[in-house]
Amino acid sequence: MSTTVAKSSFWRERFPVDAVAHFFAKKTVPMHRHTIWYYLGGMTLFFFLIQVGSGVLLLLYYRPTAEAAFESVQFIMTKVQFGWLIRSLHSWSANLMVAAAMIHMFSVFFMKSYRKPREITWVTGVLLFFLALAFGFTGYLLPWNTLAYFATKVGTEIASVLPIVGHDLLLFLRGGEEVTGATLTRLFGFHVAVLPMLTTALLGLHLLLVQVQGMSVPPQAEAQAAQRKPMPFFPYFLMRDLVGWLVALGVLAALAALFPWELGEKADPFASAPPGIKPEWYFLFMFQTLKYIPAKILFMDGEVLGILAFGLVGVFWLLVPFLDRRPEAGGRTRWFTVFGWVAIAFIAVMTLVAYVVPQTF
Amino acid sequence: MANFFSRISRRSFLDYFLGGGAVALAGSILFPVLKYIMPPAIPQAVQNDVVAGKVGELAPNSGKVFRFGNKPGILVRTPEGDYRAFSAVCTHLQCTVQYRDDFKHIWCACHNGHFDLTGRNLEGPPPRPLEEYRVEIRGEDIFAIRQT
Repeated sequence: MSTTVAKSSFWRERFPVDAVAHFFAKKTVPMHRHTIWYYLGGMTLFFFLIQVGSGVLLLLYYRPTAEAAFESVQFIMTKVQFGWLIRSLHSWSANLMVAAAMIHMFSVFFMKSYRKPREITWVTGVLLFFLALAFGFTGYLLPWNTLAYFATKVGTEIASVLPIVGHDLLLFLRGGEEVTGATLTRLFGFHVAVLPMLTTALLGLHLLLVQVQGMSVPPQAEAQAAQRKPMPFFPYFLMRDLVGWLVALGVLAALAALFPWELGEKADPFASAPPGIKPEWYFLFMFQTLKYIPAKILFMDGEVLGILAFGLVGVFWLLVPFLDRRPEAGGRTRWFTVFGWVAIAFIAVMTLVAYVVPQTF
Repeated sequence: MANFFSRISRRSFLDYFLGGGAVALAGSILFPVLKYIMPPAIPQAVQNDVVAGKVGELAPNSGKVFRFGNKPGILVRTPEGDYRAFSAVCTHLQCTVQYRDDFKHIWCACHNGHFDLTGRNLEGPPPRPLEEYRVEIRGEDIFAIRQT
């Protein structure tokens, strides 16, 4: 790669420019019928970068206290020039980021890209996905509106169901027994400091592993990939990536401008939970499931069992590369593929039911 | 003692010594941090009764949420005109319940939990009844009293 940077002796004397340039010049992307799924990781990264940019802008005016949070978001949306747009971009991009991450994760799962030696890439990816959900959960409360207040109350109460550490975890998350201004300040701290720090570290490792190991070719496309010439990353695949980012930016801008994110009513801790209350769409399938679990199953509270079951599925999902060992030996593991489709069907049906079935029964 | 020292080499002794020191150092840093992140318990004055509403404020078949210490309570006037008071904290996942005049009983919007007018969990995921308070009318005030 004969760029100005590579030629400059100033940089060569201070940084292994040639080695890096050589690495990227040789980087290729396998071509086969599933290549399109390779764009989703970059797309998720794009939305994450939008989140960082718009989040920093929101920080200029946002005030994280129960007394001022709602009013400060109202101020951003009504008084600050383009404030409505920045807040709407942040909310829409958060949702699109979770959606892109979800599609990326499931596509990686079905292509069995978690096979040796990419187990750690999968684990870091799943942890990043959980962090994205944590960003969503902590960010949801920040405008301090009614919906967010009760969603946070339920969400943090769920943590207390865990055996032994449950109550301490609830205190840690809420900053006290109840959801109050202390909770808001805490979740704000997690949202803008702790989670970004963890995400940066994990994202760095995830991207490094992807660079070092290259793209995985799914078992079902190996023959096709062997026949077709891989595409050089520079400039061809990168250009395609950038076109994808441009389309994503267009979709995001249109959504943010045409459907500005609502603010709702200011939270009142001494008001009843309003009808139609529900969390963000990516938590909806769990929320809906909790509605259908009976109050008691054998000797246990139904919700305890439900929440523990979701937790176990999460751990299973994280450990998939270590449980599904057969593809390495050339075998096929249909059960894992079936599990993936069942999970998608379950999430889709429960989410749809939550939207379609009236909330007031 | 001499036997103990003769069994371990100088190098492994130093390894244990340094390793133990590192663990102690990490512990002395982590302990105050862990203690710091757990919020201190704020003592609350124990309140056993509270004015939940005024006579004539509620029409039959209606209800209102009132403040009982730092938790919400619910005062209900039954269709027959009686007053009942309960904790408004749903026994499922702690949402605040409300009175539904169309159902003629108490309902939680979060996960569709239903409670009858004695606080008993009728339907949906709540595993336990609502805590019931005794109701006393003193002059114009309706008091909710925690049952001991």
